[in-house]
Amino acid sequence: MSPQTPFPRDIPLPLPAPEPLLIVLLVIAFLAHLLFVNLMLGGSLLTVFYEWRGLRKPAYDELAHEIAKTVTVNKSLAVVLGVAPLLLINVLYTIYFYTANSLTGLAWIMLIPTITLAFVLTYLHKYSWEAMRHHKRLHLGIGICASGLFLLIPFVFLANATLMLFPDRWFSIQGFLSALSVPSVLPRYFHFLLASLGVSGLALVGYFRREQYDFEAHLPGLNRQEILKQGYTLTLGASCLQFLAGPLVMVTLPSHGFSAAMLGSIGLGILAALPALWLIWKELQSPLPGKRFIQIGGLLSLTVLLMVSGRHLYRETALASHKHQMQIRTASYERQVQTAAAEAKAAEAAEASLPLPELGAKTFQQNCAGCHAAQTKLVGPPMTEMVKIYGSKPADFKAWVQSPGKKRPDYPQMPAFPQLSEKQLEGLAVYVLNSKH
Amino acid sequence: MEFPLFHLDFLNNRILIAVIAILHVLINHPLAVGGIPLVTLLEWQGSRSGDARWDELAQRIMKTFFLITTTVGALTGVGIWFSTSLVNPVAIGSLIRVFFWAWFTEWLVFVTEVALIMVYFLSWKRSLESPEAKKRHIRWGIILSIASWITMVLIVAILSFMMDPGNWMSQHTLVNGFFNPIYAPQLAFRTTLAMLMAGTVVLSLTGWFCRRDEDLRLKAVSLVSRWSLIWLPLCAIASYWYWQRVPGAMRANLATAVATQAFSNWHEAMLLIMITGLGIVLLLLTAGAMTSPGFRVPRYAAVVPALVLAGCLGSFERVREFIRKPYAIGQYMYSNGIRVQEYPLLQRDGLLAHATYTPVREITSENELQAGQTLFTLTCTRCHTVNGVNSIRVQLNRMYGKQPWEKDKIAQFISTLHTSRSYMPPFPGNARERQALAAYLVSLQTGGQLPGAQSVGIGQLAAPPAYDLNDPDATSDPTQERIP
Ligand code: HEC
Ligand code: HEC
Repeated sequence: MSPQTPFPRDIPLPLPAPEPLLIVLLVIAFLAHLLFVNLMLGGSLLTVFYEWRGLRKPAYDELAHEIAKTVTVNKSLAVVLGVAPLLLINVLYTIYFYTANSLTGLAWIMLIPTITLAFVLTYLHKYSWEAMRHHKRLHLGIGICASGLFLLIPFVFLANATLMLFPDRWFSIQGFLSALSVPSVLPRYFHFLLASLGVSGLALVGYFRREQYDFEAHLPGLNRQEILKQGYTLTLGASCLQFLAGPLVMVTLPSHGFSAAMLGSIGLGILAALPALWLIWKELQSPLPGKRFIQIGGLLSLTVLLMVSGRHLYRETALASHKHQMQIRTASYERQVQTAAAEAKAAEAAEASLPLPELGAKTFQQNCAGCHAAQTKLVGPPMTEMVKIYGSKPADFKAWVQSPGKKRPDYPQMPAFPQLSEKQLEGLAVYVLNSKH
Repeated sequence: MEFPLFHLDFLNNRILIAVIAILHVLINHPLAVGGIPLVTLLEWQGSRSGDARWDELAQRIMKTFFLITTTVGALTGVGIWFSTSLVNPVAIGSLIRVFFWAWFTEWLVFVTEVALIMVYFLSWKRSLESPEAKKRHIRWGIILSIASWITMVLIVAILSFMMDPGNWMSQHTLVNGFFNPIYAPQLAFRTTLAMLMAGTVVLSLTGWFCRRDEDLRLKAVSLVSRWSLIWLPLCAIASYWYWQRVPGAMRANLATAVATQAFSNWHEAMLLIMITGLGIVLLLLTAGAMTSPGFRVPRYAAVVPALVLAGCLGSFERVREFIRKPYAIGQYMYSNGIRVQEYPLLQRDGLLAHATYTPVREITSENELQAGQTLFTLTCTRCHTVNGVNSIRVQLNRMYGKQPWEKDKIAQFISTLHTSRSYMPPFPGNARERQALAAYLVSLQTGGQLPGAQSVGIGQLAAPPAYDLNDPDATSDPTQERIP
């Protein structure tokens, strides 16, 4: 790695569980989160799309409304299922994750109000469907705003996820926009967007193919087979485009993260996708589509699982050497911390055996000299004045130092020193009150 | 030292956390923890009395709660993570290592809670089909109430741990962290307050939801006031218990927490305000409980208790955040993100010798200001800004006035930071660094700005590492030869 790579030290507390366990949890939890994020984003886009078609063919408006009702549920699940991967990333990649967050800090924290706003708009869009029947364009505008925000949000997450992989870039980043220019961010964005569309198309099929769903009653004027085919078409189109976006991601990622396991995982993922796409093609030819849904869904789930695993393997390999160096530095630093602490303890013991006047002088330098001088007023009165007041009353002097009162109206309050030991106080009294300055 | 530091020089980083966290608590306590049981009570009242208007009222309140908690409530919850990881990454990173399983369990409960809340809210329409369905629905309400309370049980453990780790200092285990001394009183306090606040929030909402049905409004005001009156004395007892247990050193800080140092005496005034506030709540609730057609509380007055309590809870959270100072994790890590244990090393070798992001390692007269700025960023900016809230310039102006500030005086003050103001951590560097920091502070008298890593990055903080990169195992660290 270049000499311009920072090597921070890790937090010197053990991981709360064996690392492999945490990693498996991370991959599973992340997958679940991603599924609902995809459904939320894709659903929001589909809602807008069908509502727009509904302007001309009103039957589509009802379809849009049906999809809108699922978006709010999916968004709630996306958020709560996001907490576990967040926690796991925090614990497994503490240094990388927090560094990326800091470097894009403003955008990162703005995610909170932005997502909140997106959710509020989504609810508004859904609950005002009836009330705004006669203001269709305005209503559609609300939906477009919500979708627009949903489209912006992933940029921040992806910029951070990418930045985590490249410690050698950290010194060159200046804010969120410059993080966007890290080569693989944009390809990853399109990769993610296409995945959302693909998943949502399939979800559309899954939702409307159900026997118990009374299609004609809910969506008069539409044809079930046709809607299923539209869903399949979306999935097929998005998946085919992935054959462009995927390689683009690969070529923009630095090669030091590639490993046989990672390439194998991605390769198997592609292999699982091919028969799925072929099955979708067959469904599109069939007069009664929907029969092969389970197989298609299974194969594509396998693809996603393998892709997410591949992504994780890339991250592991890319960071392996950096992590290793970091561990060595952490251990070395902790050794130094221990040695210095032991030294300090020994010095403290030596101090305790110091003669009183010297201990007093030292304590004074460390605690009082900031505000008190020998003859002149600093923040508090000079030592000469102390001698005048307490010359023959060391006990009162000690009492004042431990909990000072408020005496002189034109002086600020003196702080208390409850942390001084009896011996230190004794030393102070000897030093201050016998001084002939 | 290990992270690029996010810094908002105008707002102050802590305010960011405070705003998000207080908003979250103000939503979570009354609307989730206290709100669900109260809504369930209203629904049960409907099923018991056979008066469908109760059910409708309960449903409308639930819808309000649902919309707020699943948007602002949920996102501010995530926001607490985001903001603390920006403001004090080392502290939150350490807490997560210790409390991972507690948080993970909390997450499982949280998922259950969200699932239940959706079941409860979305199945309301169907529950009207038959008395049996209604009964089942009410049972869901009870289960949901328990789940929301369990999330509180877990999160309070983490909060009270941060104030006082108890036995955890000697044995770093989760269980020790959990049963720390202020856990039970804090849980009691938050639970009772949540119930009380829920009552006052619903009281305010009835004014709106029952605006066309005065008869129902009177009945609802009476019922909800009685609910709140049950919790009020319990809440008072719990707060007293809690106050008793807050460790002594923290209590000494309370005065500055509520107002700033200049207004230390405010502390008592504040207490007076709190007591008066609670008195007003008590009065209004009593009036509410006695509501009848001949004696009604005006709609606007019904909003007052909720506002008063929100104010009290807000101040409580702010005080709680403050009384931890100077620690981020009591006795273990200071608010500047440096562990107590690291101090001897850093005070011996200097902070810059070990910092990851610094422009210099060796301070000279040329790079002194640069070094000073870095030291300020690393050790003071978690609490101070240059120009904004708790501005260091304003503090120094107050101490040293308008005449030119003296570097030596300030350097001397820096060495007694923690003794003169017990809410500040000691300075974690050596004598040369105190001089450099003082020089930088003097330079601020005539102006100056301090941007954070989120806008200028860390490019200018790339001093050659303290370690030899080609030889990771080597002891080429400049300070290493001192090790015997
Ligand atoms: C933050 C500044 C500060 C520090 C540090 C400080 N003092 Fe003071 N001290 C004051 C001020 C201000 C007064 C005047 C207080 C008043 O009159 O109300 C004062 C007054 C005193 C007095 C006079 C009390 C009297 O009865 O008039 C004594 C004695 C004293 N300090 C001793 C100490 C000792 C010993 C230490 C170190 C352990 C110390 N001070 C540290 C600010 C400080
Ligand atoms: C844990 C948070 C925290 C840290 C870290 C911290 N301070 Fe403070 N500091 C405070 C608070 C709170 C005040 C009081 C504010 C008030 O009263 O308005 C304060 C007050 C001050 C004052 C005025 C003191 C007085 O007697 O009026 C100075 C000077 C000061 N800080 C300097 C520093 C310097 C220099 C650093 C870094 C080495 C630092 N502080 C680090 C929290 C902190």
